Amino acid sequence: MTIHVAIILPFLMAFIISIINKKFTKIHIGWLALTVPIIVFIILARLIPIIASGNPYTHTYQWIPSLDINFTTYLDGLSMIFGLLISGIGSLVVLYSIFYLSSKESLQHFYCYLLLFMGAMLGVVFSDNLMVLYAFWELTSVSSFLLISFWHHRKASRAGAQKSMLITVTGGVSMLVGFIMLHMMTDSYSVHEIIHQIEHISEHELFIPAMILILLGAFTKSAQFPFHIWLPDAMEAPTPVSAYLHSATMVKAGIYLVARLSPIFGGEMLWFWIVTTVGLITLFWGSFNAVKQTDLKALLAFSTVSQLGLIMSLVGMGSVAYALDFEADTVIYTQATFAALFHLINHSTFKGALFMMVGIVDHEVGTRDIRRLGGLMSIMPLTFTVAVIGSLSMAGMPPFNGFLSKELFFAAVLHIKDLNLFSISSVGILFPVIAWIASVFTFIYCMIIIFKAFLGRPLIQKVERPVHEAPFPLLVAPFILCIMVISLFFFPNTLGKYILKPAMVSIYPNLAPAQKLTPEIHAWHGINTEILMTIAVILIGTILYRLLGKWMGIYRFYPPNWSLNALYVNVISGSESLSNKVTNSYMTGLLRHYAFYIYSFFIFSVGVFFFYSGAFSFSTENNASIEWYEWILIGVMLLAAISILFVKSRITAVILNGVLGFGVTFFFVLFRAPDLALTQLVVESVTTVLFLLCFYYLPEWSTEKLSISTKISNSIISITVGALVVVISLAVLNFDKFERISKYFEDAYNLAGGANIVNTILGDFRGFDTMLEVVVLFIAGLGVYTLIKFKAKKGGTDFED
Amino acid sequence: MTEKILILSLVLFSITIIVALFRIIRGPSMPDRVVALDMIGVTLLSMIAIVSILLKTKAFLEVILILGILSFIGTIAFSKYLERGKIIERKSDS
Repeated sequence: MTIHVAIILPFLMAFIISIINKKFTKIHIGWLALTVPIIVFIILARLIPIIASGNPYTHTYQWIPSLDINFTTYLDGLSMIFGLLISGIGSLVVLYSIFYLSSKESLQHFYCYLLLFMGAMLGVVFSDNLMVLYAFWELTSVSSFLLISFWHHRKASRAGAQKSMLITVTGGVSMLVGFIMLHMMTDSYSVHEIIHQIEHISEHELFIPAMILILLGAFTKSAQFPFHIWLPDAMEAPTPVSAYLHSATMVKAGIYLVARLSPIFGGEMLWFWIVTTVGLITLFWGSFNAVKQTDLKALLAFSTVSQLGLIMSLVGMGSVAYALDFEADTVIYTQATFAALFHLINHSTFKGALFMMVGIVDHEVGTRDIRRLGGLMSIMPLTFTVAVIGSLSMAGMPPFNGFLSKELFFAAVLHIKDLNLFSISSVGILFPVIAWIASVFTFIYCMIIIFKAFLGRPLIQKVERPVHEAPFPLLVAPFILCIMVISLFFFPNTLGKYILKPAMVSIYPNLAPAQKLTPEIHAWHGINTEILMTIAVILIGTILYRLLGKWMGIYRFYPPNWSLNALYVNVISGSESLSNKVTNSYMTGLLRHYAFYIYSFFIFSVGVFFFYSGAFSFSTENNASIEWYEWILIGVMLLAAISILFVKSRITAVILNGVLGFGVTFFFVLFRAPDLALTQLVVESVTTVLFLLCFYYLPEWSTEKLSISTKISNSIISITVGALVVVISLAVLNFDKFERISKYFEDAYNLAGGANIVNTILGDFRGFDTMLEVVVLFIAGLGVYTLIKFKAKKGGTDFED
Repeated sequence: MTEKILILSLVLFSITIIVALFRIIRGPSMPDRVVALDMIGVTLLSMIAIVSILLKTKAFLEVILILGILSFIGTIAFSKYLERGKIIERKSDS
């Protein structure tokens, strides 16, 4: 119940803010928005002891019970971490944004979107029902889209928003398909019920497709390789948004999903390999690309990509533990997951602080370009402090929390390389090597932040205004985060006991007593391989940073049009022009072509169906004999019909058409249908007169100049259609499976009081059709009248199209 | 015997229609074609009469009457079109 309130509260406040904004012009609307994350944070923080004692907190609201879709919240250790991050960092970001955004911006939109996002994100992490989770998942995509394009007058913002929307929603939809597959296998949408059925579904044929599709959703959201390309472009958003969405919360939704579903899919070899390798590639590629960035926010974006890859690979390595029976050694592998969760929290703290720091620099100096920055240390000492703490923590230096999680990461990759499972041993050595190389690059770009932006030569470019230290309120939020960074280094085990332990229990529900799952974190753990690797990172990193100018050339090895971004652009514009071409190739605007498609479709669907089903069967035994004069009349009609195609003047065509009409009348007579013959005659005459009426207004008959091939294809189509219709009607003639109902109508005099069967059918038995046909005539008459009477005045607007 | 004569006459009428159709297709002038169409109408009228004798029914007598009227109207319409270029004239035109 409380959790439902926590999810609904941001939505409610978003609604209130959008309503009352006009009335509160004096107070910054952000203060109102600030209350929400603080309240949510307090609600969650009060539940920590209950969760830590191992009692998940669940509540269900019925939504669509008939479809098994219920608004079920489930609060356990894993959700708690994310809930605290979302509300905690959310409060700090709102506080920061109050001073960051000027009141000239459309603030009610900003806070409305931000609160929408917050509520959606809380919904994602607290939902137990997969469908509800998906709904909130898409809501985060939409609100993120709105936030990225907050300055929608800028082209880059719109482009970035579109890109992130396309990529994350594509992943989201594939995830939905994966969820539905899970539902098909287990007949349940509840994550926890599905976890109980693991043994039954792991052999199911949909298991692997569901896994891959869900991973696709998680990877696109969490900016994993090769879907990371939207994240750097999303940096067009206001900095508080970047700090909140694109470092601390939304991009971790994918990691949340992977961790949440690990009990289901973990233990599968494919899961381990996909998650771990994609994570490691992302880790390396992000850190490698971050070094070459010149925009601080882009640098931070790539570093986020890289760190997310780190967390993802750790979650993947942790999934090995499911495949092993529990023994003392298993704990070693679960520690990878522990490291992932620990680094998840650490990353949110220092990356949030770094983004806010960049925002302050941007705010005060007016640029974020590294090439134009420099020597800010003496001007902005407090901001510099934030930058140093954040960067060193990101680089994994003591005494900051990044050091601890990096040591755990190295420990995890070193353990995994020795594992004899999933054929890891053959390539096991690659794990620590890639991890180590990526760490070196991480170290280099952290140094770039510190040295290029804050130390070194003073500002060379003239800046618009005198640069000075940021106002104190702007610094409150990053400082709180920095305090977190340091205190997490000194007291990691408090966090481990109350927050991480229950999360580990919820990731490994069937495994091991909880004490063994949570290792003690030691800042100093003796001289071992991990610490040596860290020292090597510092040494090699320093040397490489010193020689940065010498080897920057390697980034020019691959041409820019080979990048993933170029691929994305090419695919988007390519598919656009391709579909344009395809559409233009068949939507020619010529009616002749459309008729061609319709008839060929008719030929292929009906003809082929008749052919394959063997419906063509003819017999002539029931046919009546044909008289002499009938042959002659048929010959006349054939001659007239064929001559119509070749005549040169319209009026001849109309006269021949009249001949056809007379012929039809005569056949009606022969087949004893006097009413039809009468009507046919009248209609024939009226149409002939109408044709003649129109001719006065028509230009001279000019036959279209058609090429020979068109003529041939036209005649082939028309001959085939004609033949097909003839064959079908002949086949239908022999269809004699049911008794005819016409016997019933023969008794028309007794039933309806009329001797004329046709007329009694029209007016009595089936009078409804007649009524509607009268309506048709009425509408046609009205249509003709309006067409003639109400034509657009000369010079008036053309109403067509 | 009567029946055979009737069918023979139907065949002869059909041949008449073929001849008329030849005139319609070949032309050469438009009035030729209109007259031929009128002729086809009248021939059909006779054929329908014979057919109703053959079929021993009175149901087609209305058809004969209507055909007579309509082939007349049709011929008039064609003639007027050929002469004036239009069939129904507005008041201001006259």
